[in-house]
Amino acid sequence: MKVKGAQILIQALEREGVDVAFGYPGGVVIPIFDALYDSKKINFYLTRHEQAAAHAADGYARATGKVGVCIATSGPGACNLVTGIATANMDSVPMVAFTGQVKTNLIGNDAFQEADITGITRPITKHNYLVRRVEDLTRVVQEAFHIARTGRPGPVLVDLPVDVSNSEYEPTFAESVALPGYKPTYEGNPRQIERVAEAINGAKRPVLYAGGGCIISDCCRELRQLADKAGIPVTNTLLGLGSFPGDHPLSLQMLGMHGTVWANYAVHNADVLIAIGARFDDRITGKIAAFAPGAKIVHIDIDPTAISKSIRVDVPIVGDAKRILKKLLPLVKKRSHPEWLAQIEEWKKKFPLKYGADGLRPQYVVEKIWELTRNRDTVITTEVGQNQMWAAQFYKYSKPRSFLSSGGMGTMGFGLPAAIGAQLGRPGSLVIDIAGDGSIQMNIQELTTAVRLKLPIKIALLNNSYLGMVRQWQELFYHRRYSQTVLEDNPDFVKVAEAFGAKGIRVTKRDEVVPALKEAFRSRECVMLDFQVTREENVFPMIPAGEAVDRMIGGMA
Amino acid sequence: MRHTISAIVQNSPGVLSHVAGLFSSRGFNIDSLAVGETESDDFSRMTIVARGDDATLEQIRKQLGKLINVVKIHDFGSVDYVERELALVKVHAPAGKKPEIILLGEAFQAKVVDITRQELMLEVTGPEAKIAACIDTLRPYGVKEVVRTGRIAMARGPLMEGTPRDSGAMARS
Repeated sequence: MKVKGAQILIQALEREGVDVAFGYPGGVVIPIFDALYDSKKINFYLTRHEQAAAHAADGYARATGKVGVCIATSGPGACNLVTGIATANMDSVPMVAFTGQVKTNLIGNDAFQEADITGITRPITKHNYLVRRVEDLTRVVQEAFHIARTGRPGPVLVDLPVDVSNSEYEPTFAESVALPGYKPTYEGNPRQIERVAEAINGAKRPVLYAGGGCIISDCCRELRQLADKAGIPVTNTLLGLGSFPGDHPLSLQMLGMHGTVWANYAVHNADVLIAIGARFDDRITGKIAAFAPGAKIVHIDIDPTAISKSIRVDVPIVGDAKRILKKLLPLVKKRSHPEWLAQIEEWKKKFPLKYGADGLRPQYVVEKIWELTRNRDTVITTEVGQNQMWAAQFYKYSKPRSFLSSGGMGTMGFGLPAAIGAQLGRPGSLVIDIAGDGSIQMNIQELTTAVRLKLPIKIALLNNSYLGMVRQWQELFYHRRYSQTVLEDNPDFVKVAEAFGAKGIRVTKRDEVVPALKEAFRSRECVMLDFQVTREENVFPMIPAGEAVDRMIGGMA
Repeated sequence: MRHTISAIVQNSPGVLSHVAGLFSSRGFNIDSLAVGETESDDFSRMTIVARGDDATLEQIRKQLGKLINVVKIHDFGSVDYVERELALVKVHAPAGKKPEIILLGEAFQAKVVDITRQELMLEVTGPEAKIAACIDTLRPYGVKEVVRTGRIAMARGPLMEGTPRDSGAMARS
């Protein structure tokens, strides 16, 4: 039977198993929204800004492992998705974004609300499509989902001119996709796996460096088995948090610019460093020449371009981390490294993560959130800046998909819409956005969405009335010249919350923290906790950008 | 170092912008890019001349391979191959100078393809060095315009092999 392109799109989405989508209507997507109106399988959630729709789809995908879907109109709607798509691209999040486009005969004519969104998103998507004929629609949707969810996942954008959405056609669906240029490698080279085993079996000071790829490939159990069997301590990247239990004795917690002293020292002194699903980002390596100088470096990654991009690798393996670890495990000898672990323990004792005991400290708030939620199914989202780093340092993540943060792109305004996506994907989980007063205002309109959908999201606002991380850099490197980072004109966040129909709680003293958190966690409402924290707190330790471990500041004395 | 890289790409809209955009957004240096049909209607071949150190060229190959529309990559770095480029050269040629210029062009097997009162247009093909030498030789007469196709290349012997996608990466050892 012939149906409109928009209806074909909805059928195609339903066939892909899409049950949740986010977005915002507009002129050229009215046919799509009209078709959505009849869908019984797709729950569509309206946000109040397209950027938030993209972040919500991203948060949904990160929290569930499914593909996130968002829909926006042409021109400004499509452009507003861009930051969200770039965020998903940097962090390898499976997402398919649909944008409306002006009629095919108007493309290139500077038509009303026209933007060349496939041109704009080419460098920030895994792939993108402009669908010029309704006959191509089912194939493109099938390919888009296949590309988004396989290999190293990422966002795919599909641009749909309004006349394609309105054209009638009898759709057919292929059994499988045919993409001769897209064949991700899953099985690691067996000889290389043997070489990794040899390196591990001969190591004296090994370190596992586990990134977000471990969560994507669902190899957290194998990672733990490897660490336990070979006695190797594990450090995580920001996106890797939760892939290895943060309270496990072998956990070194996070490495890199704001990583723990002991994790960075361990990597610096390692003789074998095994990177799994991580990409030697500049926030991890600092000065390349001084990174893990004495280590033989093993790199397991599904993306061949990640290998030897910044750090030259001794033993590369391209493939799926889970399959590779499964083959590696039997080849690895049961070992322990008491001297090495004792050395790390000494560093840990000497240079612990710490903060002042007086006043309402932001680190204290995060630590209490962890203590009160550690035995619950909890998802923490973050904004970007100091709030994000304290959430990474002082909350010990024990499960994958429990920490959702914009790592590669560092997108302020990510946390609240991502929390909305996460809560919709995991209705039974306690979802908390650990936020800053700068970031929260970048998508604060989404309180409307959270309240309307009756989502019991908690926002723990670490409010210092500064753009804290930039202020910290200004303090340390720019002679305390606080250029445009003072936010003393912030609104009253309790009133803001109330105006949106959420609950607002102000916390100004340390001993109010636990009762306020308990009250919020008991509530079925969306709650904004305005923690008025000590203002000029810094995130330490810190390795200045592009420097080596020996230039670390804070946390050393 | 300069490498000639051949990419078989799907004939789909936007594929050229994906390839060209990759070079600009990743800061890779590209000297020439030639696109044309192949023996199959479904695929085109792009011949790219790129510059960089070993690590950069490795990244170029891998990043190209990662593009969904790129089916095969072949780097001519280590194989015996034939490379050709075609150039059209317009030279200032008043009446008395024409025989001399034609004669010089013949040394490069350059063909005269257009003659006007004041100009000669020559067509020269061959490897890059030969074209450069030809243009250089004509320069004293006044080279008014040069159009070059960019390099194309083909390996000698059997069919070209694409770089398998799972090929190991460059090792430090």
